[in-house]
Amino acid sequence: MDRKTLDRLTRLSQLQLSAEEERLVLDDLGHIVALIDEMRAVDTEGVEPLAHPLDMDQPLRDDAVTEAVDRARFLAVAPLTRDGLYLVPRVVE
Amino acid sequence: MQPFTSIADLGRGLARGDYSARELAAFYLERIAAANDDLNAFIRVTEERALGAAEAADRSIARGEGGPLTGIPLAHKDIFCTDGVATTCASRMLAGFVPPYDATVVARLAAAGTVCLGKTNMDEFAMGSSNETSWFGPARNPWDRGRAPGGSSGGSAAAVGAGLVPCATGTDTGGSIRQPAAFCGVTGLKPTYGRVSRYGMIAFASSLDQGGAFGRSVEDVETVLGAMEGHDPLDSTSAERGPTRRSGGRNGAERMRIGLPSEYWTGLPGDLGGCLLAAAQELEQAGHALVSLSLPHTDAAVPAYYVIAGAEASANLSRYDGVRFGLRAEDPTDLDDLYRRSRAAGFGTEVKRRILTGTYTLSVGYYDAYYLKAQRVRRRIQQDFLEAFDDVDAIAAPVAPGPAFELGAVDDPVAMYRQDVFTTPASLAGLPAMSMPCGLVDGLPVGLQLIGPPFEEGRLLNLGSEFQQRTDWHLRHPET
Repeated sequence: MDRKTLDRLTRLSQLQLSAEEERLVLDDLGHIVALIDEMRAVDTEGVEPLAHPLDMDQPLRDDAVTEAVDRARFLAVAPLTRDGLYLVPRVVE
Repeated sequence: MQPFTSIADLGRGLARGDYSARELAAFYLERIAAANDDLNAFIRVTEERALGAAEAADRSIARGEGGPLTGIPLAHKDIFCTDGVATTCASRMLAGFVPPYDATVVARLAAAGTVCLGKTNMDEFAMGSSNETSWFGPARNPWDRGRAPGGSSGGSAAAVGAGLVPCATGTDTGGSIRQPAAFCGVTGLKPTYGRVSRYGMIAFASSLDQGGAFGRSVEDVETVLGAMEGHDPLDSTSAERGPTRRSGGRNGAERMRIGLPSEYWTGLPGDLGGCLLAAAQELEQAGHALVSLSLPHTDAAVPAYYVIAGAEASANLSRYDGVRFGLRAEDPTDLDDLYRRSRAAGFGTEVKRRILTGTYTLSVGYYDAYYLKAQRVRRRIQQDFLEAFDDVDAIAAPVAPGPAFELGAVDDPVAMYRQDVFTTPASLAGLPAMSMPCGLVDGLPVGLQLIGPPFEEGRLLNLGSEFQQRTDWHLRHPET
């Protein structure tokens, strides 16, 4: 784990690290990668990946309207809205 | 009123009219008010709502309509959305977030007549094994205030352990119910993945997260589970299964074969190993057979777990963007700046570490070597268990490598992750697992873990109840 990799991960994750955090996290991530590398010793030749513990089909409900969207109520938890819309900084000049 | 009373006894007291549900709620609220500055088990106490719910319960009881949980006080881990009550997941990111809906677990327990007293402390976004990553500071262990209550559901375990509430909800992704239950001397059950709806339970790692319960006994946990479990059309990963019923071993056998996996039992510190062995022998004296067995991929569980949980967390936590809910940075220069500064300020260091780990293992060039590899290891671990359950009815194991550690003592993330060595395997396999008090080491409680095949919670409850009829470890509590 080097600074360049960490910079890339931080950018991909839409995060920012303070200088102090960066120093700590760089060190920690190196140790965490060493930990997860331990599983490489397991022979997994021919083993199918397991994405989900339950061996079942996910049931789908009928495509029917069950509740009405209360727009004002859901927008009330947003930090900044106007006229029923979320506000973000200008994206298109 | 006595704070460490069982749910059944509290129900009898309510039915007899020894006290009203309002008086019962007020009694526990007073205990919380007296102890919480010290224990920090509750992030939020909802006194007014609680008294309102208690009065409604009293009316139900007066009409003769009460069930086993009518009027019983409880607390919800602050990971469950509560309509109109702030829900933070112990993160600055969600400070002030008031959900416009109830989690299914919350709605079902309210419908069963429980009286919610408040929201309990936890590790931030359930990422931690000590409660120390909480934005609100750690909850403290009621047996020793200088020690961790465990995590991530540390507040729920501490609250039940201190007699501030008879029962509480929790969630378990890699041990977050079982380990704090063991540290605080209470009983905690992580059901089979899919047993309890995840709707409205703030997501950390979606293929692992499972809601469950804390109580003072197996019976109490069973009663709470009965009201929260079952298929939910709002969660497509919730299983269509009937309610949990007490059950025997394979083919209904009363005498069970209990497996002791050598990977869990060798190398334990002497005091802990002695306590656990005595507990297993108690089950043997009750007529069950103890069988040695091997779960050969146990050592790979912690590494595989931290790949899968990190990967799923990095995807799940991408929803916190400062736009639709949660913390928003001031005066952003552009959209990326808004995302980055909101997330930088909202998340604590451990959450950032997990997101970065997940981003790393999912990124181009590493996906096969880490993420897919971890999923293959996950199948190996599941196969180990399923093969074992061809020969045994349940598995008995430690919950944690020792009793509660001192706050601040485990300051290296990898050392903290290794605390989960005995709990992550059952999580990866999606199995039901329960922790119950089985002794004291240096005056601190330790727990025995029982693990069962998928949807065999009834077998664990049966064994656990038998153990608790023969022992009194679950009746011990810290001095109050």
